[in-house]
Amino acid sequence: MAECLSFTGVSAGYGATVVLEDVGFALDAGATLAVLGRNGVGKSTLMATTLGHTTLHAGSIRFEGKPIDKMKTYERARLGIGYVPQEREIFPSLSVDENLNIAVRKHGAREAWTKDRVFDLFPHLSARRTNMGNQLSGGEQQMLAVARALVGNPTLLLMDEPLEGLAPVIVDTLIAAFNRLRQDDGMAIVLVEQHARIALNFAPRTLILDRGRIVYDGASRPLIDDAQKLADLIGVGG
Amino acid sequence: MIFKWFNAEQGSAVERFAKRDRLNPLELLPWILAIAAYYVFPSYLPLGSQILLTILFAISLDLALGYAGIITLGHAAFFGVGAYSAGLYALHVTGEPLSGLVVAAIAAGILGLLSGLVILRTTGLTLIMLTLAVLLIVQEFANRARPITGGADGLNGIAMLPIFGVFRFDLFGHTAYWYCLSVLFVMWIFGLLLVRSPFGRSLTGVRENITRMHSIGAPVRRRLVTIYTISAAMAGVAGALLAQTSQFVGLATLGFERSGEIVIMLVLGGIGRIYGAIVGVVIFMIAQDSFARANPAFWSFWVGLLLVLIVLFARGGALGIADNLVALLRGRKK
Repeated sequence: MAECLSFTGVSAGYGATVVLEDVGFALDAGATLAVLGRNGVGKSTLMATTLGHTTLHAGSIRFEGKPIDKMKTYERARLGIGYVPQEREIFPSLSVDENLNIAVRKHGAREAWTKDRVFDLFPHLSARRTNMGNQLSGGEQQMLAVARALVGNPTLLLMDEPLEGLAPVIVDTLIAAFNRLRQDDGMAIVLVEQHARIALNFAPRTLILDRGRIVYDGASRPLIDDAQKLADLIGVGG
Repeated sequence: MIFKWFNAEQGSAVERFAKRDRLNPLELLPWILAIAAYYVFPSYLPLGSQILLTILFAISLDLALGYAGIITLGHAAFFGVGAYSAGLYALHVTGEPLSGLVVAAIAAGILGLLSGLVILRTTGLTLIMLTLAVLLIVQEFANRARPITGGADGLNGIAMLPIFGVFRFDLFGHTAYWYCLSVLFVMWIFGLLLVRSPFGRSLTGVRENITRMHSIGAPVRRRLVTIYTISAAMAGVAGALLAQTSQFVGLATLGFERSGEIVIMLVLGGIGRIYGAIVGVVIFMIAQDSFARANPAFWSFWVGLLLVLIVLFARGGALGIADNLVALLRGRKK
């Protein structure tokens, strides 16, 4: 299977501060990866480094075979990397429609995701398309953040704690939507999540970070079956 | 079920949204007042023309500052370049006014493009300083290039041909008033279409969260340079109107005072809403006139105090105050 994203010996951080150290992994096209770890171990920095928001101190990053280390953030996005930020970051003074309009973009000849299709994925959002960003609930904002990433027609979707602070019914809606993206569209997904159980059940492969280093890169199933091992790896075990 | 409570608000939100991009009858009010002013205050037409072209200048600044968040204290550079270009064009090529406007827009737009490519790599205080630097460079050039610009004496002897070969500029400012009003109206429509287009909405995105715009694949710097260039060209048209209607261009068109005052006018009216430019200029002019009459030596102190009060207690300017009052009245009705 073709490679979607790869990190080789990546050390990165903010200015002189190094957060990620010697991180290496490869993600196949259409594959799903969960990234787990305590707060502050570098999960969001991993996302930020993929997007070009950090200082790369060593190593290389490739996307669909192309080196992207020197590329600007918007160029990486245009290559097909979609991002759903932790804080959602909806534009408050734009309507739902306008939030999507400014993000709509074909990826080469690929235009799998149109506004109509994201509204089909999130019917609640469709009912709110004329509302301003600051009039949406947390769940709707999250749906809009995902929808906004999708209309850019990415081949890789990075999601940073998209389920944080949401009601269980909204979490179910979003997980169902993520499954549709994975199964129907074959989109590669990297899911950073604090809800370990949800993430492990969603992604067949898991990467666990501790103090900026990868301490586990393997199948999710053994971690579901062995809670103690999971706790030890994450660093919350007794 | 969980979204049920949202539907209660749905109707009003949809109505508000639908109205958002449609011309509201209230939006015609400034134009009705401007036409009425022509008949009510016939002896103040030259001042009226000054107000109209200043509103255009303020709208141009609003595109850059209000919509794209480009903080500038050097916008008079474009106003001045527009004024000098139109003046020189009239002196050396032809006094035909409409082509003069185009020349001014191109000249100011080129300066906006070239300076924008350099200075819009920066933000914050550095950006403010660089906009000032551009203004000072242009001002000093105009001062030193005496054979071209007339230096401190300015450009004299500008003679304008009739508009469309029919409407002559008269001593009482009748033609100039209608000319400024017409150009302002066309530019206002252009500005409205621009800020309501997807490009304009993306500028709002840039202003609100520049990092997010990068991440959704928007070439932010290109968009900032584009709006800065458009804004500069529009300021150039305002400057050209001044040159053509006063038939004189001096160094004051490139003054820092003009740059500062236009920012104050915009803050007074309300930044980032086009109409703030109209309201702010009118408030500033009236305040300036009233304070100067009451206290000729210290009128600027009172204008400054008004600005401080607005910034402290009414961040949205006069239009923000109006919004709050309307919301308060609606709340009471409910």
